[in-house]
Amino acid sequence: MIEALISGLLLGGFYAILAAGLSMMFGVMKIINLAHGDLAILGAYGVIALTTRTEMSPWLSLCIVLPVMALLGVLLQRWLFARTLRAGILLPLLVTFGLGAVLQNGLYGVFGSEAQSLSNSLGDLAWENWQLPGGIIVGKLPVITFAIAVLVLTGLQFMLSFTKLGRSIRAASSDAEAAALCGMDAHRVHQAAAAIAVVLAGLAGTLLAMQATVSPYGGPTLLIQAFEAVVIGGIGSLWGTLIGGIILGIAQSMGALWDPQGFQLAGHLLFFVVLGARLWRQHRHQIGRPSLSTLFKLRLKKVRRA
Amino acid sequence: MSDTLLETRGLRAAHGQLLAVRDMDFSIKRGEIVALIGANGAGKTTLLRCLSGVHPVADGQVLLHDRDVTALEAHQRVQRGLVMVPEGRRLFGDMSVRENLRVAGDHGRKGEWTLQKVLDALPALVSIIDRPAAALSGGQRQAAAIGRALMTNPDVLLLDEISLGLSPIAVDEVYRNLETLRQTGSTSMLLVEQDLSRAMAFADRILCLREGRIVLQGLANTLSREAVTQAYFGMETVPHLESKV
Amino acid sequence: MTYGKQIFLTAAAVVLLAFVPVFAEASVVDKITTLFIYMLLATTWNLMAGYAGLVSVGQQAFFGLGGYFALRLVDGGFSAYPALLAGAVGAAFMAWVASFYLLRLKEGEFAIGTWVFAEVIRIFVMLDPLIQGETGTSLIALNAVDPELRRSIAYWFTLASLAGMALAMSVMLHSHVGMAARAIGDDDEAAASLGVRVLRTRQAIFVLASLGAALAGVAWLGSAITYLPRSNFGVQWSVVMLFMVLVGGLRSGPGPYVGAFILFALQEFIGHLGAWYLGGLGAAAAFCALFLPQGLWSVMHSIWTKTFHRKSSRRFITALTKRTTS
Repeated sequence: MIEALISGLLLGGFYAILAAGLSMMFGVMKIINLAHGDLAILGAYGVIALTTRTEMSPWLSLCIVLPVMALLGVLLQRWLFARTLRAGILLPLLVTFGLGAVLQNGLYGVFGSEAQSLSNSLGDLAWENWQLPGGIIVGKLPVITFAIAVLVLTGLQFMLSFTKLGRSIRAASSDAEAAALCGMDAHRVHQAAAAIAVVLAGLAGTLLAMQATVSPYGGPTLLIQAFEAVVIGGIGSLWGTLIGGIILGIAQSMGALWDPQGFQLAGHLLFFVVLGARLWRQHRHQIGRPSLSTLFKLRLKKVRRA
Repeated sequence: MSDTLLETRGLRAAHGQLLAVRDMDFSIKRGEIVALIGANGAGKTTLLRCLSGVHPVADGQVLLHDRDVTALEAHQRVQRGLVMVPEGRRLFGDMSVRENLRVAGDHGRKGEWTLQKVLDALPALVSIIDRPAAALSGGQRQAAAIGRALMTNPDVLLLDEISLGLSPIAVDEVYRNLETLRQTGSTSMLLVEQDLSRAMAFADRILCLREGRIVLQGLANTLSREAVTQAYFGMETVPHLESKV
Repeated sequence: MTYGKQIFLTAAAVVLLAFVPVFAEASVVDKITTLFIYMLLATTWNLMAGYAGLVSVGQQAFFGLGGYFALRLVDGGFSAYPALLAGAVGAAFMAWVASFYLLRLKEGEFAIGTWVFAEVIRIFVMLDPLIQGETGTSLIALNAVDPELRRSIAYWFTLASLAGMALAMSVMLHSHVGMAARAIGDDDEAAASLGVRVLRTRQAIFVLASLGAALAGVAWLGSAITYLPRSNFGVQWSVVMLFMVLVGGLRSGPGPYVGAFILFALQEFIGHLGAWYLGGLGAAAAFCALFLPQGLWSVMHSIWTKTFHRKSSRRFITALTKRTTS
């Protein structure tokens, strides 16, 4: 039980990286990239292919693949996503969904249906673990993944807060037209944001391949999980995504204790509950009645006064 | 090099199905301050948005420094010295005033206007420099928006409805700031103003718009209040109104 | 073409098509049944996305759910064919229940929400011991029926479903629901302020479209007899629906039918390419969405009117220029 809790927590780091990429694109371009999960799988397969062909360390392969992913992000933004921006919300959803289908089936065509993994190339690291007091066993790799996640998020936060690009990204997310009126070339900023998003996807996919397996049609599951993490943690906050990922991971691990299918199911149900709570809150706000939490606070005040 | 900074020729723009700007020809000289007045729906904001590049032009030309910029996007026009302070200020709410100014400084033209110089010209900003833009009052936001535009070192500054939603005291402050700008002599301004008396008091020239056309233009000190009011409302004879108008 | 003429021609076509199983050989009947199923999926997805602006990538939930309810009913003692119909209706009822929640989501959230919904339904269905998880099961009761008769009944069932749905959609779009849908499509806040019941209108469209997907699903079960959750609840059904509607023509009447034909033809000739074929579908759908937003139907229509009606060629030119300036 405790192990499930810990592994769920560590899983949160992975989700945070995946979700951060999705958020980046949504924040800046207002596009939900339905192919985000598939891009993660693509990155993973890239690293796998490079590692198995050249026998180099997966970490090194990762360093080579990630810049390629960045370039891919720029090109996708330039040739595909930018064109979808002109016509409402429908078009990006349709086009990215189509892109996802292309990626999934393309990967299947090239690599076949067998799930693949990087754990063979990691040597001992793949199964090493630490023994905590109380007989609790924690895998080294999940901890390293979590540490990478924290590092990446910190880096992103630093970039957003203190660099010119970060300011530009925040400004473009806030008000794209006003940003243009400040002299900002929105295309450049969008391309940078897309590059970051795809790099994050590729990183997440590779980390998944290290801990578990990836398969060509695994993209949609990742997309759904990333979206769930964003929704649970609250849209718009980078660290919120980490918290959302952790909560999701814990819920999933708990669900898995009940039934193997419970892993996914717990996440989906939690997602619906959180989304429902948010909708309910908005509804109460719209009809002018206080939300349940405010009601609760008011009740407390009454009790205290009495 | 001619004195004309900004010019339109036969400019036409649509707002949905409606033609909001029709066959507009006018120009602004270096250092000149022009006030654009007119009732709501006359086409003032659409005109400014066309000039700044955020609204598509149906026909005609916009010339900046005698060069045709009609096909250029908004950020490209900023690089050439044409900047708009949009209606509603449109500051980046989550970012501080300093960051708002820095974004414009990052992307706009480099020149005399640095962060320090903008703060010198708009001292009210100094105390709120690190506050998030969403937490400012209307007057403070307006000052910040003007400051942000200045960071791009504009030759022509377009100001859309700067008194909108502000108290009279805040509007006084805004005009004091604009007066400071006028003294530097380097920036032309085209401002959209609902308040006729302020417009006539501050501007060099008045342009009155009605239904997308210029119905009256002239130097502020030569135009009579009656003539302007008639043009504004489109009436032949105007009943005697209080001097407030 | 007047409305009355349209109805007459459609009815005539349906009657003619009903005779096909009598004359045609087995494989032809099977193939046309499949084509009808594609048409059902395409027209109902078009109804939701084209007229109500609801992009759902979770319709496979109802495709599979109809079959699941049918299997459960048969297991409980019902006879096969009524169970199929009841299963579809049951799935539509679930759509109605789910709509209270799903339709309050905004576009992007709605798309992913429907996808998650389909996944949740799939997981619950797979947990039912009757379905046996990944293995799936079959509608064994149908094995008792003579194959030729079974094939014909599947054909007629699908044809009837398609005709019925087409009629229902036509009625709906011409009714106040259709007008409300157009108003909502333009500006849903403005429509609501005028008293248009946004949720009710969307619900009506969502439930009808889901009924169509469910009918397609039970028709599929009636034809194939086997029920594999991964495949019946698979997202590839959404890929296929997307392709048909985008390539055929979003929002147009004949567009989805054209798209269904194209899908069918592609399936016949290059379906053996497997994954590349599916990937190609996705690419084609994305391409059409970007560059041919009116779909192939509008291209065909333009060519037809240009060739056969000289007056219409003027309209063709203005239509073409309108598209380039919009």
